[in-house]
Amino acid sequence: MTMLPLIAKGATVRRRGKVLVGPVDLKLGPNGTTMVIGPNGAGKTTLLKMLHGIVRMQKGTLDWACPLEDAQQRQGFVFQTPVMLRRNVRDNIAYPLRLTKVPRAQARARAEDWAALVGLGDAVMRPAHLLSGGERQKLALARALIREPEVLFLDEPCASLDGRATREIEEILQAAAAGRTRIIMSTHNMGQAQRLGTEVIFVLNGRIHEFNPAEDFFALPDTEQARAFLRGDIVE
Amino acid sequence: MSDIWGGMTQAFWLLITLDADLVEITLRSLRVTLTALLAASLIAFPLAALISVRRFRLRRVTIAVLNALMGLPPVVVGLAVYVLLSRSGPFGVLGLLFTPTAMIIAQVIIIVPLIASIAHQSLRELWSDYHDLLISLNTTKWQRIQALLWDGRRALLTAALAGFGRAIGEVGAIMVVGGNIDHATRVLTTAIALETGKGDFALALGLGFVLIALALIVNLLIHWLSHTESEGRW
Repeated sequence: MTMLPLIAKGATVRRRGKVLVGPVDLKLGPNGTTMVIGPNGAGKTTLLKMLHGIVRMQKGTLDWACPLEDAQQRQGFVFQTPVMLRRNVRDNIAYPLRLTKVPRAQARARAEDWAALVGLGDAVMRPAHLLSGGERQKLALARALIREPEVLFLDEPCASLDGRATREIEEILQAAAAGRTRIIMSTHNMGQAQRLGTEVIFVLNGRIHEFNPAEDFFALPDTEQARAFLRGDIVE
Repeated sequence: MSDIWGGMTQAFWLLITLDADLVEITLRSLRVTLTALLAASLIAFPLAALISVRRFRLRRVTIAVLNALMGLPPVVVGLAVYVLLSRSGPFGVLGLLFTPTAMIIAQVIIIVPLIASIAHQSLRELWSDYHDLLISLNTTKWQRIQALLWDGRRALLTAALAGFGRAIGEVGAIMVVGGNIDHATRVLTTAIALETGKGDFALALGLGFVLIALALIVNLLIHWLSHTESEGRW
């Protein structure tokens, strides 16, 4: 049974009386790669976390095409600052499998495969906290992908990475997207959004200001604010 | 000065001749304290992890009470355990008063708050690190507690060592509930108190040196076994 579409209706997140995100009405279909863009503080992270279900909504509904418990098991999230478990690289990547009762030896073998796939093959036994920023992101990616999620959220996975690390991560993401993983990610890098995205969500002041196919959006955005944002002007 | 010198020579002779009484009370000290430490850790570690992970209504109160109980006067704990275990008390039928078991119970009560409080300090930090990831991976409460206890094991070791230090050097409570009975409940600390009272400072000092050496050896041993200071480990 497929998870998508994901349908949000009037979804709103508030903190201390202030609306961070919403109300959001959104339908994410089963195909494509979605880029979430917008200025700092617009609510990109909160929007992703809300869709992932780790930030509580005060209003509105969020419906997957399958039961919620199923959906929770079949999606992953990569944080802007990846969390390193105090273990070595292999056990970090294997951890999600261990949670679902995969035997240790099998989980470790698959973790080693994934480590090799993301370019951490030589580092499997190193403590995760000794990795560089780019390596940490790769570890987080492998750890998110090892469960073969159908939906993967990424919160600026390439922020503060150099060109080479960014390219390597994009290659991993493209491979995942070519498989069966539906990617929804935020980014500040418009080049990256154009390279990876098939549709774009432009977020402003906690609301979805524009949601269009990537080609149309980058050719000519519907709204003045989005045009200003693409020009590099300050949007408030 | 002569007392200290006498104490050192006496300690030296007691040690190299493996004095039977000394060996007996040293082993009893270790047995009582290590058993108490094990029991206290089994209670305190999961408790510390639980109050790090869960947001229940009395959480703040629990933490405050634990911190306050760290300074619990041992002699009062001894008194309370004495009252509970005495013939007329609720647990009198068990006949535990003036046994090593009573001493273990008293020490557990003294060190559980200490261990739990120190463990909670570090597990709380670890949890704020791990929070987003473990929530996102849809872990159960029990899996979160497991992850914290396993990945925080070095911090837990420190907490346990603090508990060991407090228990091995404790005299007030075990004197009251153990009674310092020769060949039954006499341990290093109560023997020192007795010898000091009798005016045999040399023997008391000798026992004191043994006690300090014991605490050092156990600490070093545990650090060595767990590679605490090795590079790149937690």
